[in-house]
Amino acid sequence: MIRVVLPAQLRTLARIEGEVELKVEGEPTQSSVLDALELRYPMLQGAIRDRFTGKRRPFVRFFACERDLSHEAPETLLPAPVANGYEPLLVVGAMAGG
Amino acid sequence: MSRVRVLVGTRKGAFILSADGKRDRWDVSGPHFAGWEIYHVKGSPVQPKRLYASQTSAWFGQQIQRSDNGGLTWEPVGNAFAYDGVPGTHQWYDGTPHPWEFARVWHLEPSLTDPDTVYAGVEDAALFRSTDGGMNWHELSGLRGHGSGPSWQPGAGGMCLHTILLDPTNPERIFVAISAAGAFRSDDGGTTWKPINRGLRSEGIPDPEAEVGHCVHRLAMHPSIPNRLFMQKHWDVMRSDDAGETWTEVSGNLPTDFGFAIDVHAHEPETIYVVPIKSDSEHFPLDGKLRVYRSRTGGNKWEPLTTGLPQRDCYVNVLRDAMSVDTLDPCGIYFGTTGGAVYASNDAGDSWSPIVRDLPAVLSVEVQSLP
Repeated sequence: MIRVVLPAQLRTLARIEGEVELKVEGEPTQSSVLDALELRYPMLQGAIRDRFTGKRRPFVRFFACERDLSHEAPETLLPAPVANGYEPLLVVGAMAGG
Repeated sequence: MSRVRVLVGTRKGAFILSADGKRDRWDVSGPHFAGWEIYHVKGSPVQPKRLYASQTSAWFGQQIQRSDNGGLTWEPVGNAFAYDGVPGTHQWYDGTPHPWEFARVWHLEPSLTDPDTVYAGVEDAALFRSTDGGMNWHELSGLRGHGSGPSWQPGAGGMCLHTILLDPTNPERIFVAISAAGAFRSDDGGTTWKPINRGLRSEGIPDPEAEVGHCVHRLAMHPSIPNRLFMQKHWDVMRSDDAGETWTEVSGNLPTDFGFAIDVHAHEPETIYVVPIKSDSEHFPLDGKLRVYRSRTGGNKWEPLTTGLPQRDCYVNVLRDAMSVDTLDPCGIYFGTTGGAVYASNDAGDSWSPIVRDLPAVLSVEVQSLP
């Protein structure tokens, strides 16, 4: 299972408590994990990546294993500890005020 | 006894303020969607428990929320706002072409006859319609495509379609307004559009009397006389008696004719309200005095309404969608400030009192009059 941690605003939007656990076919990538996430929680479509281009929203970042994965291509394989469920993929809202 | 429900959108959530017909004791519910910008909340005139809300965030994009129980619970519906065809370009602030990009929904206007039909005015300026309760959205692209679209440019707040008026006597007629393009009218249900800006004069654009390019801040209409429109332009309060074909200035004795909000008394089509703001660089009331101005003559002759409003050290703004009227008798007037207060008058503006004082900055105020 792939573990995903969402920011508080998206947990509220999707009525999620705690982490999300997702089953992803094959070796997981950013793209396939987000596909699975949006399939289970359709209201998250457009909240993490653009609805039409699939591009990551500018104020959203992806962290895992103490690394910033935000600028990796969507089809890049996620690190092994994320793929085997030891570490979560963190979806993070940029720390900007407002 | 009748009741009212005031729907308030703020920078950090939505609030619902409820009272009986006396409108002197209020229940406050919220924040709904805490932490998100709520640009607008509006109820269906034919099914008042059906509410639509525009929930938006620079981080997480656009959501449309729908309630079928007057705001007790909400469900996210559709948020796919795709421009029709190749979006093309409009002018950027520096005058260069800029691709049309969806940013957010500023205004939701439910149909007067069908609770599942709702219009959305968006930034970058376009008009969308849903006929399935907000699940799917389709652009009425004749507006952007009528010819002048490439010359439109954003106002300071973004290039937003902020006003949608539906003619209660003619289902084919729709008015919209865009900052900073101007006012437009469709007479065929939104398929084709024409600019209706003759008589507007705006210093600061190359041709002050151009067909498009005016920063119209708000339009208002009384449902009994839908050909008569009132406009708060960037500067100038304007009036049209021919469905926007021609406009005349009715700023009269206003102390400043800059402002955002304008509305019409529910039972007196010639009684209108504005909140004068000092200037486009100083977005606060003149002399620190928060004053609503009322005209009982459809403009030109204005009287200040001050009872119950702060008359010193007040430097808030009242945004374009942040004033509304109920249909009770006497008519109730409501407005919200960027300082987080929502003021109500239950006597057509003669006196005011705050319902709440300390909400996040208020973006929009709508009122439902309920049986």
